[in-house]
Amino acid sequence: MKIGVLAVQGAAREHLLCLSRLGVEAVPVLRPADLAGLSGIILPGGESTAQWRLLSRAGLADPLQEALREGLPAFGTCAGLILLAQEITNWPERYLGALDVAVERNATGRQVDSFEAKVRVDGLGEVPAVFIRAPAIRRVGPGVEVLGTYEGEPVLVRQGSVLGATFHPELTEDLRVHELFLSLCRKG
Amino acid sequence: MLKGTYRVKTGFAEMFKGGVIMDVTTPEQAQIAEEAGAVAVMALERVPADIRAQGGVARMADPKRIKEIMRAVSIPVMAKCRIGHIAEAKILEALGVDFIDESEVLTPADPFHHIDKWQFKVPFVCGCRDLGEACRRLAEGAAMLRTKGEAGTGNVVEAVRHMRLLNDQIRRLKEMSRAELVSYAKELGAPVEILEMIQELGRLPVVNFAAGGIATPADAALMRMLGADGVFVGSGIFKSENPEKRARAIVLACTYYDDPELLAKVSEDLGEAMPGLEIEKIPEHALLQYR
Repeated sequence: MKIGVLAVQGAAREHLLCLSRLGVEAVPVLRPADLAGLSGIILPGGESTAQWRLLSRAGLADPLQEALREGLPAFGTCAGLILLAQEITNWPERYLGALDVAVERNATGRQVDSFEAKVRVDGLGEVPAVFIRAPAIRRVGPGVEVLGTYEGEPVLVRQGSVLGATFHPELTEDLRVHELFLSLCRKG
Repeated sequence: MLKGTYRVKTGFAEMFKGGVIMDVTTPEQAQIAEEAGAVAVMALERVPADIRAQGGVARMADPKRIKEIMRAVSIPVMAKCRIGHIAEAKILEALGVDFIDESEVLTPADPFHHIDKWQFKVPFVCGCRDLGEACRRLAEGAAMLRTKGEAGTGNVVEAVRHMRLLNDQIRRLKEMSRAELVSYAKELGAPVEILEMIQELGRLPVVNFAAGGIATPADAALMRMLGADGVFVGSGIFKSENPEKRARAIVLACTYYDDPELLAKVSEDLGEAMPGLEIEKIPEHALLQYR
């Protein structure tokens, strides 16, 4: 099983390391050809505006959108979740639209308000999480399941084989959220 | 809930990787940078080329200017304080800037020390010319590094010098025995424990960008080829003829640095770059990197 990590900008290295620690072949995705043969793709944290501009100017946005439409399993963390979201409540753009949620960018405020905490994930219990200028999930569509919460608010959601987190599991040693994504990829 | 931990600080810096951080002096410039695909902006009153030309004491920007820039964009906003100026840093933290650059581009405020950055919730980035300087800044709590280069010159040679030196020193460190490492620590003026950590990792423990003299997409690509995680562009964008086009081109070049055909395409017809300075013609006391 080969998993891609979008590597135009952001914390791709950390996700690639998590995947190789789990014994999975992990490849950076920078060009349309890199999408071939993937069983899943991770969209890492970074700056969503910068990532999108790079994706569209390098001709990767359309092939990626097409792959998602054809059912490629995907996992977006932080900025990656913003790229996947159907709607962004406080920003005029909308990107891949593969996950039926509305997100608010930078909802936790500026960097001095970034934090680490334990979140509750169904079936996993407490999971360590790092929230960095994190988005919030403000609306969840009918086909979307809330898998993880922090202080009662959704922080990890799933729609079919698309997973989205407002936090960064890749900045911790805990690999269980990545394992959860890999199980979605195995189901295809 | 834990705020301001080292993991939260260094983790934020990881999010900048592969990106371009641009100096801006107005909200309009900040919006141009955001639209071009910058991962953050550095809010300033004067870009380094103007600081160099005008001389005098260069200080932290007016908080009003910084707040206007913070309101104008959704991407992170950094700001510079003078080396060792704890009060300027406290003011920037209170303003809510996302990162502080304790920068040699401003006139140093403390002839003896840098800021003890562990005392802050906001993360700091610091400049370095070599591994010793990098280790000292890490010991003080820097969450991100950048090679210094020579700011405001549009001349990439010093940025290359510092990155080459750093790479070479890390390469040598990796081969060293414990006894050699201790002597090397003395030679570099670096704490032993930090050198040990770098030896074990095989790289710096935090994100390291290149800065100081980057003026073209090819310059950005060069610094990435040498191992920089991303680039700061100071005067290079808004002192050039066509900032929008140049900014976009540098953003693409920073990501696709290993694709010469793309580099050729984005480098085309960008208009005049900023005027450049030869390092040898700058008197030694006017070089910012030795601060």
